[in-house]
Amino acid sequence: MGKIRTPYLLLLPGFGFLFTFFILPIINLAQTSTQTRVAGGDTGEYEQTLRFANYLDAFVENKEQFGRSFLFATIATVLALAIAYPLAYAIAFKAGKYKNLLLVLVVAPFFTSFLLRTIAWKQILGEEGFVVPTLRSLGIISESTTLTSTSFAVVMGMTYNFLPFMTLPLYASIDRIDPRTLEASGDLYANGLTTFRRVTLPLSMPGVVAGTLLTFIPAAGDYVNAAILGNPNTKMLGNVIESRYFKIVDYPTAAALSFTLMAAILILVTLYIRKAGTEELV
Amino acid sequence: MSQKIKDATIPTIPLGARIQRWIGRNLIRIYAIFAFTYLFIPVAYTFAFSFNDSGKSNLIWKGFTFGNWQNPCGAPEVCSALGNSIKIGFLATFFSTILGTMIAFAIGRHKFKGRSTSNLLIFLPMATPEIVMGASLLSLFLVFKINPGFWPTVIAHIVFCISFVVVTVKARIASLDPRLEQAAMDLYANEFETFRRVTLPLVAPGIAGAALLAFSLSFDDFIITNFNSGTLTTFPKFIYVSAARGIPAQANVIGSAMFFLALTIVIVGQLVNRRKVR
Repeated sequence: MGKIRTPYLLLLPGFGFLFTFFILPIINLAQTSTQTRVAGGDTGEYEQTLRFANYLDAFVENKEQFGRSFLFATIATVLALAIAYPLAYAIAFKAGKYKNLLLVLVVAPFFTSFLLRTIAWKQILGEEGFVVPTLRSLGIISESTTLTSTSFAVVMGMTYNFLPFMTLPLYASIDRIDPRTLEASGDLYANGLTTFRRVTLPLSMPGVVAGTLLTFIPAAGDYVNAAILGNPNTKMLGNVIESRYFKIVDYPTAAALSFTLMAAILILVTLYIRKAGTEELV
Repeated sequence: MSQKIKDATIPTIPLGARIQRWIGRNLIRIYAIFAFTYLFIPVAYTFAFSFNDSGKSNLIWKGFTFGNWQNPCGAPEVCSALGNSIKIGFLATFFSTILGTMIAFAIGRHKFKGRSTSNLLIFLPMATPEIVMGASLLSLFLVFKINPGFWPTVIAHIVFCISFVVVTVKARIASLDPRLEQAAMDLYANEFETFRRVTLPLVAPGIAGAALLAFSLSFDDFIITNFNSGTLTTFPKFIYVSAARGIPAQANVIGSAMFFLALTIVIVGQLVNRRKVR
């Protein structure tokens, strides 16, 4: 009898906590999203009117930021994958006894606050940094071109900040590949590219899926990179939600936007897992 | 044997292909070096500018000094912010590690009704954008008229740390050899003794890793903290707020010190592990 109860007893405190402080808030947020302002009430006073048009209004009003969030997150994810895959491959197969050390180094930048690093990028790429004057004197960029406060800087910052999230799962699944399978492929006269496409990539697909999700999800909801490295025209959905909450005290719109963001992410993630699952994993 | 086969096959590969293969092989090393450079440029920058004799705004290099390192609390508020971050980090790590480890044992060690639902409940917080999590929790606190501040921030951190603890510890549990526990039972250890003397020591490195991960996630969190901390300042919040008027060099000192401290802990941990394995 005790044995049947054990797992539930173990789950109870943690799930009780998650229910109270994760599920309940989400339900509460859903309720907030259909509220409207109390006529003649104070700022921040809202009542439940089940106004689902809040969603439509919020979306129409912010569709630009919405599109930008997903565009930037997609580009950053693709770039991170392009940088992290060879890196993870090199650590797994070429690092020899330095494997663990290199793995630690991938995570190490994490420990310097990510805000400090993002601001460091702002200063490195800024007018007082060394990159802009160098590129200007080499004639690569024009005198009036700046690197900070651009979409480029925002995407670069996002790629940078989420790179370890991409590298670690990739490493985990590439490291599990038996090198003999790659040798076997070579023995069967596959060239390097074919071996990669038909053997390495399919075997590392769980890592690719996990890495892209761990990068894309936080990137789509991010607003820190856009706030530090961008300009008012590179605002993402996160920036809108933040200002709706803190500056405008418009909770229903912020809630509706949060839900739309989460729903869009969940739909994309489901489609992606399904596609990656049927074409590559099987 | 395999060496002989390799030697024998080399001459049959045309020179061009060999050069191409050599480049191909080393290209990935060169690529890795570039990737690491990219990762470390801002860290190096932060470290370098911790020695800047900058005065108030640490934007332009003005001269070398050890002053910031000798007086890391010299800038107003920086150390109280750090203290808050450490306190919150320890509390969040402590509770999320206990709760998460219990969940990990339940899911990793038991077959029960609702196991896949449990897995989903663990995955959901990881799939929720931080801003949604932070905003929804703040709304809940506001409904119950709880003012954002220290404890709401701790609670928020526990929420997002639990899932990462579960995933890390579960992976460790899954890699255990079940025969070790069977052996203990064969040697007349009861269930509790087996757990205490065999299972727990074997899972301990996973739990330690999970705790380290939880602490670094908590310590570095900004978005969720920003929503739930009210007037309380944490270290990331301090940086964000002071970014507009220039971050004091002391923040760079603390950031760099954390970097070296964490690196030391991880490397020492690895060495201890390796010695144990031997």
